[in-house]
Order: sequence, then structure tokens, then C-alpha cells
Amino acid sequence: MDVSAASVAKSAPGRAVAGQPGVSPDPKIIARDVNVYYGEKHALKNVTVDVPEKAVMAFIGPSGCGKSTFLRCINRMNDTVASARVTGLIQIDDQDIYDPSLDVVQLRARVGMVFQKPNPFPKSIYENVAYGPRIHGLARSKAELDEIVESSLKKASLWNEVKDRLGDTGTGLSGGQQQRLCIARAIAVSPEIILMDEPCSALDPIATARVEELIEEIRRNYTIVIVTHSMQQAARVSQRVAFFHLGVLVETGQTEKIFTSPEDKRTQDYITGRFG
Amino acid sequence: MTLADNHIVSSFDDDLNELSDKLAEMGGLCEKLVGESVDALIRRDIPLARRVIDWDRQIDRLQHEIEEHGILTIAKRAPVAIDLRQVVAALRIANDLERIGDLAKNIAKRVVALDGAFQPPKLAAGVAHIADLTLAQLKEVLDAYTRRDDKRALEVWSQDGEIDALYNSLFRELLTYMMEDPRNIGFCAHLLFCAKNIERIGDHATNVAETVYYVVHGTALTEDRPKAELMSAELGD
Repeated sequence: MDVSAASVAKSAPGRAVAGQPGVSPDPKIIARDVNVYYGEKHALKNVTVDVPEKAVMAFIGPSGCGKSTFLRCINRMNDTVASARVTGLIQIDDQDIYDPSLDVVQLRARVGMVFQKPNPFPKSIYENVAYGPRIHGLARSKAELDEIVESSLKKASLWNEVKDRLGDTGTGLSGGQQQRLCIARAIAVSPEIILMDEPCSALDPIATARVEELIEEIRRNYTIVIVTHSMQQAARVSQRVAFFHLGVLVETGQTEKIFTSPEDKRTQDYITGRFG
Repeated sequence: MTLADNHIVSSFDDDLNELSDKLAEMGGLCEKLVGESVDALIRRDIPLARRVIDWDRQIDRLQHEIEEHGILTIAKRAPVAIDLRQVVAALRIANDLERIGDLAKNIAKRVVALDGAFQPPKLAAGVAHIADLTLAQLKEVLDAYTRRDDKRALEVWSQDGEIDALYNSLFRELLTYMMEDPRNIGFCAHLLFCAKNIERIGDHATNVAETVYYVVHGTALTEDRPKAELMSAELGD
């Protein structure tokens, strides 16, 4: 039994009890009654959801449903949008991330992000990965930094393809390689959470498969939230799915359940490609 | 519960509806085959029995077509949720119907094999009765599938115990005839196999009922079906 819009609206903020809609035991991220406004527009309405630790949760829904908006709340990227206003509670490991005393730069080191379009820095492959650890002071020596770069590129399954040309520019790689470089860059600062906003939508099927394989490998060590328009991708890579529609979190549940017998008609209509 | 409609890609609807249509055709043919095979048995109609044997090929062909079309739909459309359940259900039900066709064909083959060796018709009366009940169950469950009516499917599912019970009493009855007069043994043994085939057809009808329930609810039926003690009767306890 999972979320219906009405029961979400009723759930109280704070650490909630398992069994409540959208709520799971021992979550990494909890959100309670999150509302987002862009000026007058009420983009996200009373979202209450838990994101499990060391697993992949997929956010799905039609364009403009609020899934990316919600994703951007998790590392406070909406702070950069002047008209955006966020209310409600979001906690990572019981820490309120909207606490005014919280260091947003530190937060974003804990919560990495991979975007729809690969966006490597116009610098060398090495520098793309080394940049984060360097500014966060994670390496004390050149040798340590080399080590971080190598292990991050290995985790991102890119090392073998680029180890002989680390000085080449990152933008010269293929699209799929660039995306894996961006994932390596995100991993390099040892985040706990990785947010992915349609990470494969600009990639061909083979590059997509490589990224999905990578997600499968790294999910044991990271909490991953992925926004995707591909139902098949959500079904393949995630363990939990949340379906958003018109700014409301309609339903969350185990991936198998959502894709074989969703509770809500709106979820069913969306994932089966019917008129909503 | 709605049938396949309203997909943004309307040819997806066509694919799912074609599966349903073929299954309806196959179901109709199965009903006819079961009915006529029992008729052939009761009326000792060998030409009819031969026709039944022949018709079974059409059922096999339809099963093959449904399987191919179902696999193609999965490959092309990657169906999920209700759509996936519809396709899986079509494949499963087609399998059950194909088995039902085989069982009816087997009855017809026995009619042909019995050529001339018929005994008084009263011996077959019990088989006619169990066949009527089974045929009604089959009709009902195919209707339940067409309407995606889980309640009717559940009724069929829970009534299969009657067929089992009837088979048990028929078993005892035929045993009595055989003990009465050893010349009855050959014919009664064939009748017993026919009755067993019909009882198996009833089981396939309950499989279909379970599949209809799965299509509607997305979960398997979990409670235990009421059953007669079939094995003990067969073992002659």
C-alpha cells in the first residue's frame, strides 16, 4: 500500500513511522510536506517520501510534473533560482538540509549530481576529476590526488579507455564517455548521494547500457536518485519508484510492484502510455 | 476493468485486441470440441469423432499464432502493468486451451478405438453428466475472461470441487459395473479415461480462472481451492 495524494497531504512532518504512505524504514533521505513555488506557480505539492540508503530510487512522471524540481531540492540547487521558494522538511541522515547554519558547499559535496547533458569542464580528463577533491581539500599530496582520480575513473568504468590520455581534454570524449567522466567527477568527492537527472537521454543504447551497468555497480556504496523518462530504464535500474503527476507524488513503491500492478490509475495510465 | 483502449499509440491497442480476439476464437473452438467429443462418445458417432480429431489442429494453430503474436508484442511494445498482464494472460490461457483441445481429441480417439465395442448407453450417462458440468464451467470462465470479470472467474474456480466429487463417484460407479460383468471392463476403462480427461479439462478451466484473477488484480490467487479427495478415490481407498 502506498501513497495517494490525499494521504500525503495529511502526513505530519518529522521522522515518520514505517507503513505510512511513501515512507520506508531506515531511509537515507526523508522529505515531509515539501512544497516548492516558482513565484506564483505551485510546482510541488506536499511531497512526503523516503529515499532508501544504498539503493536506486527512480522518479518518473510526465514533463513538468515536479520530479526534477524535487531532485533539485535534495542538494539545494533551487537556491540558485531567484523565484523559487521551498517549504517543508528534507533531512539527510536526520540532518535538516534547509537549516540556515548548514554549509551548502559541504552539502553539495555529500550530494553529487549528474545532468542530462554531459557537461565536463573544458579541461583535461585528469583535471575534471581532480577539481572537486582539490577544492574540498580531500588530497594532501599529488600522489593522493592521482590515486583519487584513478579510483574514481575505475569506479566509473572509464579508466581503461582514458588511462593513456589523461591530459586530453574531457570534451573530446564521446558522449557516453563524457557522461561517465561526469559520474567519475561526482564520485571523486566521495559523496553519499548521487542525483541523476536523465543521465542517459543524450546517449545511444550502448552508452546507456554502460551507464546503467555503472549504476548497478555503484549502488552498493551510494544512495542514488535518478530522474528518467524511460520507463524501461526505471524498471531496469531502480529498486523503488516514485511517480509524480502535476506536482503531486501520486505513488511510490517497489519497482516490481509499480511496473506489474500499480495502485493508482494515473500511474497505470502513464507507464502504459495511455491518455491521462 | 477495461479492455485494451486509449493507448496513445493506437496500434498497441490493436495488438492487444488481436490477442484477445484470437483467444476468444480459440475458446469458442474448445467449447465446441469438448461438447462434440462427448456427443461422439454418447451417440457412438465415429465420423463426428474423426472430425473432432481434425479440428484440434485449428486449436494448435491458434495457440501457435497467439504465442507468436504475444512474443512480438512484448518485443515491440515492452508492455508493463495491465498491458503486460494481458499479454502474459493470453499466453497462459492459450496454453490451457491447447491442453483442453488435446484432452477432447483424446476422448474422440477413444471413440474411434472403441469402434463397435459399445455397451449399453446407461454406462456413459455419468460421463455425460460430468461433461455437462465441465462444459458449463468452461463457458463461464471464457465469458469471465472476455469481460475481465474476476468475480465470475472466482465462482468457476471455487466450483471445480463439484467436478472432482462427481469424478470420484463416477469412478466408483464404473468400478461397480466392471465387477458386475467383466465384459464391461474394456469399455468402462475407456470411459474412466474419458471421465479423467473431462476432470482435467475442469482443472484447466480453473487455471484460466486464476489467470483472469491475475489480470484484474495483478496478484495470484493465494487461498486454497476447495478440493475433493481425488487421490484417495483413485487409489481405491
